[in-house]
Amino acid sequence: MTGAIETALRARRNDGGKCLVPYLTGGLGDDWLETVMAVADAGADAIEIGVPFSDPVMDGPTIQEANDRSLGAGTTPQMILDALRDADIGVPTAVMTYANVVYRMGWERFMNELSATGVSGCILPDIPLEEADDWTRAADHAGVETVMFAAPTSPDERLPRIAERAGGFVYAVGLLGITGVRANLASSALEIAGRVKAITDKPVLVGVGVGTPAQAVEVSAVADGVVVGSAIVQRMLDGAGPEGVAELVNEFRVALDA
Amino acid sequence: MTMADPTTQGRFGDFGGMYVPETLVPACIELDKAFRSAWADPSFRSELDHLLKTYAGRPSPVTECVNLSEKLGCRILLKREDLNHTGSHKINNVLGQALLAKRMGKTRLVAETGAGQHGVATATAAALFDMECVVYMGTVDIERQKLNVFRMKLLGSEVVAAESGSQTLKDAVNEAMRYWVSAVEDTHYCLGSVMGPHPYPWMVREFHRVIGDEAREQCQELLGGAPDVVVACVGGGSNAAGIFAGFADTDAVLVGAEPAGGAAVGRAVPGIVHGSKSYLMQDEWGQVLEAESISAGLDYPGIGPEHAHLAATGRARYEPVTDAEVIDAFQLLSRTEGIIPALESAHAIAWIANARDEFQGKSVLINLSGRGDKDVNQMMDILQ
Ligand SMILES: Cc1ncc(COP(=O)(O)O)c(C=O)c1O
Repeated sequence: MTGAIETALRARRNDGGKCLVPYLTGGLGDDWLETVMAVADAGADAIEIGVPFSDPVMDGPTIQEANDRSLGAGTTPQMILDALRDADIGVPTAVMTYANVVYRMGWERFMNELSATGVSGCILPDIPLEEADDWTRAADHAGVETVMFAAPTSPDERLPRIAERAGGFVYAVGLLGITGVRANLASSALEIAGRVKAITDKPVLVGVGVGTPAQAVEVSAVADGVVVGSAIVQRMLDGAGPEGVAELVNEFRVALDA
Repeated sequence: MTMADPTTQGRFGDFGGMYVPETLVPACIELDKAFRSAWADPSFRSELDHLLKTYAGRPSPVTECVNLSEKLGCRILLKREDLNHTGSHKINNVLGQALLAKRMGKTRLVAETGAGQHGVATATAAALFDMECVVYMGTVDIERQKLNVFRMKLLGSEVVAAESGSQTLKDAVNEAMRYWVSAVEDTHYCLGSVMGPHPYPWMVREFHRVIGDEAREQCQELLGGAPDVVVACVGGGSNAAGIFAGFADTDAVLVGAEPAGGAAVGRAVPGIVHGSKSYLMQDEWGQVLEAESISAGLDYPGIGPEHAHLAATGRARYEPVTDAEVIDAFQLLSRTEGIIPALESAHAIAWIANARDEFQGKSVLINLSGRGDKDVNQMMDILQ
């Protein structure tokens, strides 16, 4: 069965549009949930909500700082899930965190909680195919979409297996590196998007190193859309508030729609 | 029981694995293949043996400690890894990995370091093999191990401060992994202990098993067999894994001395960080806790997965030692034997000093993993 994220992204693509999935760190500031709502209204097709982890190895300084601040304020995974349970966001959501946060609560319990909370997907950057079984079994059972990563270093033979296991979308990593805004789009972004698009019909979104509306448009010439994280989180860290963050998301939306 | 090879998935029982971002998976698989082929290749083995002998100074001797034995009431033997070039066991692993990296066509090494011993060893190998070298070190450790920072720079390495989190070894590992994600095509991650994703825990143990293999022969000569007890300090657990590997199939009691403030096995909660599943200090939500130890090299909240397996199966026991006991042991060995141990290695001494009643009259082989020169400044502040 196709989940809510994949359904929403396919709908956008079928309309000839490009998908926009912003990432926000949960628990960052008292108004983070309002920011999620505002971002939904500003044209996000789905939203990634980060559950902060003490040791986020795939993340650069911006999202590291967001994790630290959120944890410093006492955020727990349960607090984020509880907040999302009561929220009417209007677009599907995915939780993005690291393996140990899920493992500690229990693969099944965490996936069941996501499902009970109305969160559609889950993204775990330190769980590659080789280690995915416990997680995907629990997620499949709970009806949670398992977003999987494809990287510039992934050999061709891995890509079909990654795509087949992926739910929601395939997350194509745009460059060799960690999250963060870069001055230019890496050539690897177009390359990996093309390689994954060639072997799957599932939505293929490029994330990591997509930091400006122009870069989003550039990579969406090949990809079905983008995940934008650090640029948005930086706005949150700067104290832009729900409106300020929504404004940036809207700039991405307008650029992608143009 | 022996310390067997892990499964092809890198598992030691329930522990181990390859929990890394997709970007790094192909590099880990490539490394696994390269290590398997090199380790089975007599020319690689003889090149490494030659380096260990002529460059690192192996075999390291076993010293019988007459004075300390008398004092503690057990027969104390030291495996002298402190006498290796660069002053600790770390060089065994680094020469192996650097040789392997060269064979794989990599031009740069990146490493994390706590006490600076692994960083110095990596910088040394990089100089020897004419490779670039970047070492990540927590800001707190840079302060308490200034001498090693200077040594690394002298050897031509770049030392980068890891300023996130607790600013110690755990954070240096995070930064080194982030660097590796960005530079994986031409850079080898020269991991300094039996931790991280497969194949590291296995490969690093194999590069250190020379400690145990030598000691087994030396004990045969001195004792006519294995000692009653083999003890080593445990941060990630590489020096312990190396010496345990020589005795796992004997009746020797195997003991890992953990810092009380970083006792991952003592708490026995499994977790996933830095590429593998093992015991991990963490809060109820899975956030990794900061270890607290007087010794920078043991200031780590996790432990290598094979040690978790050895603990879970009961083959080895892991015992906590407090900072105060370590300070005493540091002085004890210096005064009784004229050997200044690394603060890390002093944990193993402290353990037997604590446990001596249980082992009266027994033979105890201690892995003296490193020398204490690097710690003299810190101890001067503490003792004066
Ligand atoms: C002398 C010495 N012993 C032990 C260690 C701890 O490492 P491991 O537990 O991997 O042997 C270190 C680490 O820096 C060290 O310098």
